[in-house]
Amino acid sequence: MIERTLENPAKGAVLALQLENLEVNYGAVRALRGVSLEVAQGEVVALLGANGAGKSTVLKTVSGLLRPRAGGVRFFGEALGRLTPAQIVGRGLAHCPEGRRVFGSLSVLDNLRLGASQRSDAAEIRTDLDKMLTLFPILGERRGQAAGTLSGGEQQMLALSRALMSRPKLLLLDEPSLGVAPLIVREIFKTLRGLHSEGVTLLLVEQNVRLALELADRAYVLRTGQIALEGNAREMQGDERVARAYLGGGS
Amino acid sequence: MNSLEYVLQQLLNALSIGSLYALVAVGLSIIFSLLRLTNFAHGDLMMVGAFATLFLNLAGVPFVPALLGGILLSSGVGILIERVAYRPVRGSPDVTLLLTSVALTYILENLGILLFSSSPRNFPLPDWMGTVYSLFDGRITFTFITVVTLGATLLSLLFLGWFVTRTRVGLGMRAAAEDLTAANLVGIDVNRTVTVAFVLASGFAGLAGVLWAAQAGVVEPLMGFTPLLKAFVAAIIGGFGSIPGAIVGGFALGALEVLIQSLPSELGLSPYRDALVFALLIAFLLFRPGGILGVRTEVKL
Repeated sequence: MIERTLENPAKGAVLALQLENLEVNYGAVRALRGVSLEVAQGEVVALLGANGAGKSTVLKTVSGLLRPRAGGVRFFGEALGRLTPAQIVGRGLAHCPEGRRVFGSLSVLDNLRLGASQRSDAAEIRTDLDKMLTLFPILGERRGQAAGTLSGGEQQMLALSRALMSRPKLLLLDEPSLGVAPLIVREIFKTLRGLHSEGVTLLLVEQNVRLALELADRAYVLRTGQIALEGNAREMQGDERVARAYLGGGS
Repeated sequence: MNSLEYVLQQLLNALSIGSLYALVAVGLSIIFSLLRLTNFAHGDLMMVGAFATLFLNLAGVPFVPALLGGILLSSGVGILIERVAYRPVRGSPDVTLLLTSVALTYILENLGILLFSSSPRNFPLPDWMGTVYSLFDGRITFTFITVVTLGATLLSLLFLGWFVTRTRVGLGMRAAAEDLTAANLVGIDVNRTVTVAFVLASGFAGLAGVLWAAQAGVVEPLMGFTPLLKAFVAAIIGGFGSIPGAIVGGFALGALEVLIQSLPSELGLSPYRDALVFALLIAFLLFRPGGILGVRTEVKL
């Protein structure tokens, strides 16, 4: 059952991302059972839900790692169905994956350089590299160090900066607070707020509901592969149906 | 014979054979690190390189350009086998990859026999390659082939080191070897990366094939089989999937073989050289599957 707590505020705005009735299977398991959602340009949208609800599956399908069984993904109106993950990055869609997935044996700088794999503007890449090292000064201090030697929080900063190196129009973020010390979580979310005010569009998967709803404009709650709830983030903060969706009870 | 000179002579022999193992092993490791695929057809690219060089040379092309042509052709065949045989089964279970690779070896070797006949042919070398150098009144001798082998290996490995640390495609190759999904997500073109890996690995195999043929004096379609097995052992004892591991393993294996052969004949071990080498392989697989350098990836056979 879809409950609408608010009219979709994306109406009339430029849509960065549209999922239309997305169905994804893992073998015989139906991971997504017809998910439709929209992210307008400049918006921060949170995707909430319990473990196994299908949040990461949504992100992986958008970035081309998984192929949908049915339904489609549109990015600024363009269907992404036939594109490879690398081509999708080239279109301006970056995915900062769960578990950070930095290249542990490569240096911090090399990790950042690889984030710009789809770009060819060498001078601009160098400017952005410097920008990242100032955005997170600790990365600047550790630029020559192997990424595997960084702490969890530092790796998360690196993963985020690496994704930003592609100059994304839309950034997919999967659990940026997972396994990260609270102080660094605050720093990362401060950065995300900064990105939001610069006009970067974000689709955020996050276990920490309070944190996610503070940052987001709107939110969707996924349950067993379906959208159970959607609405304005402010209003969802106090909504006990969000908590119930997590616990798996009826909404 | 003075013992120091004896040791130097054996060291030279070890470096010479070790470079060939290292050159072949590096290619095996690059491919394995990216695709988790043991490319048994890798040895047959040695045959491609050697035959191409031979025929170019017979057609009147001087040796060095003919060698470069042989390397290029090996790379070309490498691209082809990746496109035709390996790309369609990429990501399949290990057994599928293994069978594809073994099948490809049989196809290439039999194609070689069909085209060139199975009888060995002389591998003509320019006179300067055969120049014999002797030091210490002839107690240390080597030919210019040894110099070329060591020099070409050193240059190739330096080039490879530069490529994987200083170029974007090379960095992408290491990134994809470490985490293919993350490589996809940062926008690395995995197909292109794999193609480049095959170009490098196959070119190295082609070069090794020519050097091997130059040392043996003959070429034959099945010439890649033994060096492939040896390089495989080298890659595993060094640490499969790691470029430094393959180099360390290659030279370690070369040294070990020369050591076994230079043991006093009363011990009676030298006829069992290959048996001892493969016993070492089994020992590594059982007790130290990560190899000398302790690579984390598990080797599945």
